[in-house]
Amino acid sequence: MATAVVEPEIGSRVHYLNASYGIKSWLLTTDHKRIAVLYLASITFFFFVGGSAAVLMRLNLISPQGALLEPETYNKLFSMHGIIMVFLFMIPSIPAVLGNFLVPLMIGARDLAFPRLNLLSWYVFVVGGCFTLYAVIAGGVDTGWTFYTPLSTTYANTNVISAALGVFIAGFSSILTGLNFIVTIHKMRAPGLTWFRLPLFIWAIYSTSVIQILGTPVLAITIVLVALERLIHVGVFDPAVGGDPILFQHLFWFYSHPAVYIMILPSMGVMSELVTAFSKKRIFGYSFIAFSSVAIAAISFLVWGHHMFVAGQSVYAGIVFSALSFAVAIPSAIKVFNWTATLYKGSVSYQAPMLYAIGFIGLFTMGGLTGLFLATLAVDAHVHGTYFVVGHFHYIMVGGAVMGYLGGIHYWWPKITGRLYPDGWARLSAAIIFIGFNLTFFPQYMLGYLGMPRRYAVYAPEFQVLNVMSSAGASILGVGYLIPLVYMVWSMRYGPVAGPNPWGAKGLEWQTPSPPPTENFEETPIVTEGAYAYGEEAKVA
Amino acid sequence: MHSSTAALAEQFDDLEQQHEASSFGMWIFLATEVMFFGGLFTAYILFRNFYLPAFEAGSRILDVKIGAANTAILLCSSLTMALAVRAAQLGKKAALISFLLLTLLLGLTFVGIKLGLEWRHDYLEGFAPGVNWTFTGPDSRHLELFFCFYFFLTGVHALHMVIGAGILTVLIIMAARGRFSPQRYNAVEVSGLYWHFVDIVWIFLYPLLYLIGGRY
Amino acid sequence: MWQGFPIRPDQASTIARGVDHLYYFLTAVDLFFTAFIFLAVFYFAVRYRRRSEQDQATQVEGSLPLEVLWTIIPLGICAFTFLWGSSLFIRNSRPPEAASEIFVVGKQWMWKLQHPEGPMEINELHVPVGRPIKLTTTSEDVIHNFYVPAFRVQKDVVPGMYTSIWFQATETGRFHFFCNQYCGTNHAVMGGYVIVMSPDEYEQWLSGGVRAESMVSAGAQLYEQLACITCHGTGKGPPFTNLFGSKVKLTDGTTVTADETYIRECILYPSVRIPAGYQPIMPTYKGQVTEEQILQLLAYIKSLSSGGANQPGKPNSYPPSLEGGAHGGGNRNVGGQQSPATVPAPRGTGAGEQGKP
Repeated sequence: MATAVVEPEIGSRVHYLNASYGIKSWLLTTDHKRIAVLYLASITFFFFVGGSAAVLMRLNLISPQGALLEPETYNKLFSMHGIIMVFLFMIPSIPAVLGNFLVPLMIGARDLAFPRLNLLSWYVFVVGGCFTLYAVIAGGVDTGWTFYTPLSTTYANTNVISAALGVFIAGFSSILTGLNFIVTIHKMRAPGLTWFRLPLFIWAIYSTSVIQILGTPVLAITIVLVALERLIHVGVFDPAVGGDPILFQHLFWFYSHPAVYIMILPSMGVMSELVTAFSKKRIFGYSFIAFSSVAIAAISFLVWGHHMFVAGQSVYAGIVFSALSFAVAIPSAIKVFNWTATLYKGSVSYQAPMLYAIGFIGLFTMGGLTGLFLATLAVDAHVHGTYFVVGHFHYIMVGGAVMGYLGGIHYWWPKITGRLYPDGWARLSAAIIFIGFNLTFFPQYMLGYLGMPRRYAVYAPEFQVLNVMSSAGASILGVGYLIPLVYMVWSMRYGPVAGPNPWGAKGLEWQTPSPPPTENFEETPIVTEGAYAYGEEAKVA
Repeated sequence: MHSSTAALAEQFDDLEQQHEASSFGMWIFLATEVMFFGGLFTAYILFRNFYLPAFEAGSRILDVKIGAANTAILLCSSLTMALAVRAAQLGKKAALISFLLLTLLLGLTFVGIKLGLEWRHDYLEGFAPGVNWTFTGPDSRHLELFFCFYFFLTGVHALHMVIGAGILTVLIIMAARGRFSPQRYNAVEVSGLYWHFVDIVWIFLYPLLYLIGGRY
Repeated sequence: MWQGFPIRPDQASTIARGVDHLYYFLTAVDLFFTAFIFLAVFYFAVRYRRRSEQDQATQVEGSLPLEVLWTIIPLGICAFTFLWGSSLFIRNSRPPEAASEIFVVGKQWMWKLQHPEGPMEINELHVPVGRPIKLTTTSEDVIHNFYVPAFRVQKDVVPGMYTSIWFQATETGRFHFFCNQYCGTNHAVMGGYVIVMSPDEYEQWLSGGVRAESMVSAGAQLYEQLACITCHGTGKGPPFTNLFGSKVKLTDGTTVTADETYIRECILYPSVRIPAGYQPIMPTYKGQVTEEQILQLLAYIKSLSSGGANQPGKPNSYPPSLEGGAHGGGNRNVGGQQSPATVPAPRGTGAGEQGKP
């Protein structure tokens, strides 16, 4: 809610947005806040490109014979949808936008440890994105985002190498961002800000960054090997020339499984910020949530084989990976309970960020538990490769991560832009998204158990009813995503001016004006209390 | 990496913080490089296990003596690099420049021998997958796979060396301009870390590629 | 279940019901906790809603007993589910001893299914009800997957190696099978039906129609046509009697089990793993035999073993046996029974396996 105090016009004060003008001042900036805004623009663009692919796919699936598209086109669309959404939207989203903007603010620093490296990260990301777009324009790629061999190395006759190159390059952006965050969090915390006084968002970003720096290089070499094989036909992965197709799967999933935790951990970090701010309460179980983040990051590297239960690996390997996959679920469960308990005896308000948070908690619970179905060997033997898997990961990535991202964007929007968005419209969008989302993806669990395989351009007629439901839901979901685009852009010019702390929240980022000055703080804050110190007067100097 | 030799960068509170951040950043970067090369090593070792005879034959085709010479060159270059860091610590500008130059020279010699001598020889002999592969004996496919890994691994390593050479050049120029002092030599130290790491990668590469050809 | 709104496919195999029960349990757990969390969140959000600007929260920062409780309970549920799922999976992975084998070759974008008695089907599989059937599969090109939802089984079909699944149908009828690993343009239409018939009808179907040659006899013909006999029948190459399933000592001293994968590799890449005491003189048949013909040769060679064609309980070979892969130590077979005889090598048999990782 806007405070009753009359805020000075934004233009009358110097802050990071008006400190300098012109395209050069943006394209050559080293200010982490401007870089975050650059990322916001780019990933929003990629989100809608990837989303358009999804719209076309769901339209096609209204009819069992394929209502709209030739199979080849459909195959290219689902591949591009996966590649763009995973590598150009989900992986960067919260770290590159919210992380870049908030990490220095939350720890009382003036910028990240390596501001120029940060700018380089963005350029690398854009170049990677351009290669991927080129692959789309040049006719697409139809291997799926998973590039399984020998389809991708030998049999596909689409733009595999340019798409793979795009992913390879974008990966370096991820590595450099992770590196920057780790060093910053270790070395640049304000005086008095010990590890266990850090906001849990920082713990989440930190854990994510560790995954980013350790996992992404393995994807890099895997992609290069695929490209090499495609170019000079040497037999790394194609058995016809002496290679091992299962080796590809091990190498690929060794990164791509931890990658999904790159996608969810930051969102979980946002959750901790939202539930505390909107119930005016300290987080329940701070150290449990902090350690859970670290545990998830660590265990995430040990479970990749659960993507390969029916790939031809031994039963024993399956059992080991199954056990570890159950283990990785526990810390997530702990977090969900702690967030819920945070609301107990709180003072809860229902602005849009909180609605997104509530949506996240419920949908992530459902989606995460469907992960247990997939970790269970005997059940996975039936639902592997079906729409059940598609339902599962969309519940986590959309019902979970994207909800967290949207909640975070709304929550910190006043800080980023100095303006308030219209909360009525925001709540409406959140509701539309929630309804559209469930309508789209819940039927997919059922389709999966009934046996409908994924990546099918056409399907057996008995699956039609549920497919039509899912497509109807997708149209609602699409509308839900478009509305924020409108009112957020509107708010940048016409929204009411926000003060430094429109939510009355704790956290160093709220102790500085909105938008913040380029150097973030007039004076380096000195921290004397823990995170979420609600119920006490703020003691930050 | 350049910032610590100029004035204190804006985002840092003091030189010590800048120094620590810089070094820590390099260590994290090296961790990513470990994963990068580690992934490749894993794939190489797996394939060596699957196709032992072909990989041993491939090892024997490589010239151990040249490889040994290159190893010696790199080890020396690590010594000169360490001496350069020491010279920077002590503020000895002339020694610093000399040692950096020596390191650069040794590094370029390494790359020259690797590319100009070994690669060229393998290419001319018909052992270059994708560009000039003429071997037609038994197990040709697996031998080709060996050479694919050989060129990829040594190529990526050489690329890192070339980048290192670029860094050294920059350091030499900065040293010549008097940018380093006993209080400000972090860039040299951090570059030294990088250089030593590239050397260590070679220490792994040399035995894995050259020495375990079943000749001993 | 419900007319017109099914929540599960037909339960048409012996394992289907067990899988469904586990699925129902997981569904119950999922729905319970989702509802529990949603309700708890809604309840707290309403009960503790902010009623005025001055509304104060009561700070409650943690509770170790609660943390322990909601760690132990999920841990318990996970452990229970894991154990149930793993034991079911292990049981479901082992084909019964008496399973009859059918051979499947997948390629872009069709399935070829070969009965040992001779008939070859395209995109259709006739099987008798009530009898265990093992499908041994391979691919000619990319990775496919043979999936029968009504039987609750699927397995990737991988080029360069053999994978297998088994099922025992409990009802007659027509049941979809699908390709379940994306394989290119026509992935979505690469499927067909499993047609389960009564045993009598199946026998009729087998013997009716075009007079088809059994795989064994086709393989025997290939053995002569491809001139295998000129070496393997004269001592220049190892003989095939009692070869299948035996342990073979190689020239490098290691031992391998003569299973489908090894024999296929010998046909296509003869110079890689040569039995001890023999010269590397066998020419390659790569490009001269199709995957189906290899399966026919395998059937013939299996028929020459006294242990019979079936090697019970042998799951897929892993580490994956590659073409030309020099795997010392052979396969780690789970519960597989090998024929006791070893391939007669001039220098006598070696004892024991040398395992190599």
